[in-house]
Amino acid sequence: MNAKLQSIPDAMGRFGLFGGRYVPETLIEALNELTTEYEKACKDEAFQQEFHRYLNEYVGRPSRLYFAERLTKEAGGAKILLKREDLNHTGAHKINNSIGQALLAKRMGKKRIIAETGAGQHGVATATACALFNFPCRVYMGEEDIRRQKLNVFKMQAMGAEVCPVTTGSRTLRDAVNEAMRDWMSTVGDTHYIIGSAVGPHPFPWIVRDFQSVIGKESREQCIAQTGKLPKVVVASVGGGSNAAGMFFPFIHDKDVEIVGVEAGGRGPKPGGNAATLSHGAPGILHGAFSYVLQDTDGQTADVHSVSAGLDYPGVGPEHSYWKDSGRVKYTNVNDEEALAGFDLCSKLEGILPALETAHAVVEAMRIASKLTKDDVVVVCFSGRGDKDCYEIARVTGESLE
Amino acid sequence: MNAIDAAFERLKIGKKKAFIPFIAAGDPDIESTKELAKTLAKNGASIIEIGFPYSDPIADGPVIQAAYTRALNKGLKIEHILKAIAEVSQDLEKEKILVPFVAMVSMSIIHRFGKDKFIEGCLKAGFSGLIIPDLPVEESLEIAKDLKKSGLSLILLVTPNTPKERALLILSACSGFVYCVSVSGITGERDKIPEELLKNLAWLREQTPLPLCVGFGISKPEHAKVLRDHADGVIVGSAIVKHIETAEKAGLPAVKTAIANLAESLVSALNS
Repeated sequence: MNAKLQSIPDAMGRFGLFGGRYVPETLIEALNELTTEYEKACKDEAFQQEFHRYLNEYVGRPSRLYFAERLTKEAGGAKILLKREDLNHTGAHKINNSIGQALLAKRMGKKRIIAETGAGQHGVATATACALFNFPCRVYMGEEDIRRQKLNVFKMQAMGAEVCPVTTGSRTLRDAVNEAMRDWMSTVGDTHYIIGSAVGPHPFPWIVRDFQSVIGKESREQCIAQTGKLPKVVVASVGGGSNAAGMFFPFIHDKDVEIVGVEAGGRGPKPGGNAATLSHGAPGILHGAFSYVLQDTDGQTADVHSVSAGLDYPGVGPEHSYWKDSGRVKYTNVNDEEALAGFDLCSKLEGILPALETAHAVVEAMRIASKLTKDDVVVVCFSGRGDKDCYEIARVTGESLE
Repeated sequence: MNAIDAAFERLKIGKKKAFIPFIAAGDPDIESTKELAKTLAKNGASIIEIGFPYSDPIADGPVIQAAYTRALNKGLKIEHILKAIAEVSQDLEKEKILVPFVAMVSMSIIHRFGKDKFIEGCLKAGFSGLIIPDLPVEESLEIAKDLKKSGLSLILLVTPNTPKERALLILSACSGFVYCVSVSGITGERDKIPEELLKNLAWLREQTPLPLCVGFGISKPEHAKVLRDHADGVIVGSAIVKHIETAEKAGLPAVKTAIANLAESLVSALNS
């Protein structure tokens, strides 16, 4: 089965049935241009070297693969190793993609960058890359998220980005994506849209996965170097699915490595109560791609919920849908309460505050580890640090940081 | 003959240009949609576009998006739209008013509702064609076949940044009329008709016998006056929806009068 899995999208931009382009005609030329340029950049050694130079010197890669001794002991089974993406500059994996796409924009001669953001991590990462490469930058962010993530708004503005409030629809990530696409429709000649997750029309899911694949490549080498073998299981959280795609992809053809994606179980399986698209959704179209999506029977996008703003998205990257249907990756979910407990446990046992997205993966990794033996290894993508969530966690647990 | 083709035949014989208004179904409510469609049909509309509200319409500007949100907030379902248009179609037929309806609908909706079920529903309701703004020509081949079998037109969009070779591919898959987008961007009113558009229209004219209709940003009689010598019709959306937006406050009769006046001024600018 694994040998037959596609590594790159076909001529129609699809991984199996999933992906493609469901966007207005106005964007097709820009997507064609991006595909052509990206194909060239893939083969251009100078481009790849420049990308990796920035990842090393600026982002601080390679990130550590850390043996979490106390979490391991607590789970009482397999060794748990954390891939510390939280130690990257800006505190999450998002910067890998923003740097890569900003370099691609430079290569294409674009003059301006736009992005969408939910919790603000991708917005901050893109504002960072734009400061570094001297691009004017506009970040679309739902009004509701601006209220919840004031610190990230301040950071983006401090780096010279313009944060544009989105007041339509649910005023969260999904509306920010819509608004960024609308901007792009009118400015497509000189503007590049740095999408933040492995979603959207072809070639975005492919590009984002590739720029994030540094996570899995490093993890694979580090795991072999540190433990003498490949992990038994690899775990990552899945919202749109960029950290997971980057972590999973380099392990896809290692047939003995089990791969598990963790979605947001929210308040439970009822519609509107979660953001577990692959668990509770069905194939449909959202934001330019055919993939699993949470919709009503008329195709209207459903409301979603997660305590983690970064997982609070009604769609998922098409490659995840492909991996799910092929059986290569197993997708499960962790609910709000469990994730909050995971945040607490990880903070207290390891002295590392995980982002709430990351806490979902940590919880699942401990469940898995507890059923394995001490000779097995579980690698977790520790996608980001928890500072940004402290206000929200305090609010949910009835404390105040004001 | 498909009703859209027939409508353009009649216009051609009368040496007239098409006025194609757009309204969002269910805004302010589905009963009003029926009234508004009849008002437009009786005031010079050649074809009427019915927008199927969608929660995430990326090609639409703020005016149409807001109309969609209003409609969905009231619980509008696809079945309501199909039923309403079926009723309007019957009423207009009784009065011998020949105005075809075109559904403007996202592929997200068609896919989830079920392609075959949707096409069947459109046929029963009396629609004559579909515009699927988020379905590029490459992805349209499958549904194009089904629509052809059903006798429904598939109206495709050509934009200012569509390369010539690609435009030819679009023209070969298009039926009914060609939706010529005036500017790169989203729907909404704009001040001027770009010079580039007239050149594109002249080029398209040489490539296809299909009628060319211009949309995105068309709101004023002055626009219609410029375009009547270069195109076969104009599509007017946001300018009409803006009037409908006031329905809650101003009341439906006032809105009907306003859009009847707008329709009349556009029709006379197109044909005087």
